[in-house]
Amino acid sequence: MMRTNYNVEGGDFTKAGNVASCVKKTLKQLNVNAKIIKRVVIALYEAEVNIVAHAYQGHVTIDIDDQYITMLLKDKGPGIEDIDLAMTQGFSTASAKVREMGFGAGMGLPNIKKNVDELTLESEINIGITLCLKVKLTE
Amino acid sequence: MKISEVVDQLNLKVFSGYKGLHKEILGAYTSDLLSDVMGNLNEGYIWITLQTHQNIMAVSSLKDASAILMVKGLSPEASTIKMSEEEGIPILGTELETFEISGKLFMLLNQ
Repeated sequence: MMRTNYNVEGGDFTKAGNVASCVKKTLKQLNVNAKIIKRVVIALYEAEVNIVAHAYQGHVTIDIDDQYITMLLKDKGPGIEDIDLAMTQGFSTASAKVREMGFGAGMGLPNIKKNVDELTLESEINIGITLCLKVKLTE
Repeated sequence: MKISEVVDQLNLKVFSGYKGLHKEILGAYTSDLLSDVMGNLNEGYIWITLQTHQNIMAVSSLKDASAILMVKGLSPEASTIKMSEEEGIPILGTELETFEISGKLFMLLNQ
């Protein structure tokens, strides 16, 4: 098994996507099917942007074994008040500034859900979120 | 069709990423919402948008877009140009509005 750790700074949009980019390269080197890489990249990018847009800081742990990629994203931040609502397409709590940049359309979590095989989301208000995503690497 | 041919045919400006102009275009997608593009833009597509900040390069790179096309005479920010050069993904520009340039590109790619 292979484990990599990354830190994600809340509010720093200049680096948003760096984790997804690193993981994409790794999966390509491992000759993972292109369609599966695309799904991982979409889910991970959205999860990463969520930390940047909503939390103060985050920590991402990526585990890859011969069957699965497991992406654990833990952040310190406001948490999610209503998880069902947050999973609804179009619902967003993003700031006006973030929306002007084309983020915060309320598509992040729905995009994540659509592209992973397993998703668990735990939230504690004013403490943070733990999001665990799993994608099967073999067809 | 290659990006360079589209540039000639539609009289587009090239801001950056010249080394990627030889790439083939497989289609195009028009949107200003980054999540929408993450979910729906296909590999080898031109992305038509009014966004100019550097995050559009991260999205383009992750999605293997062939180029970005900025509408309405907008110009990329310096950090966006820098990433475009690094990634070899060209940033193109037009004075036309989104509807018009999308229509023209659609006609060109479906000739």
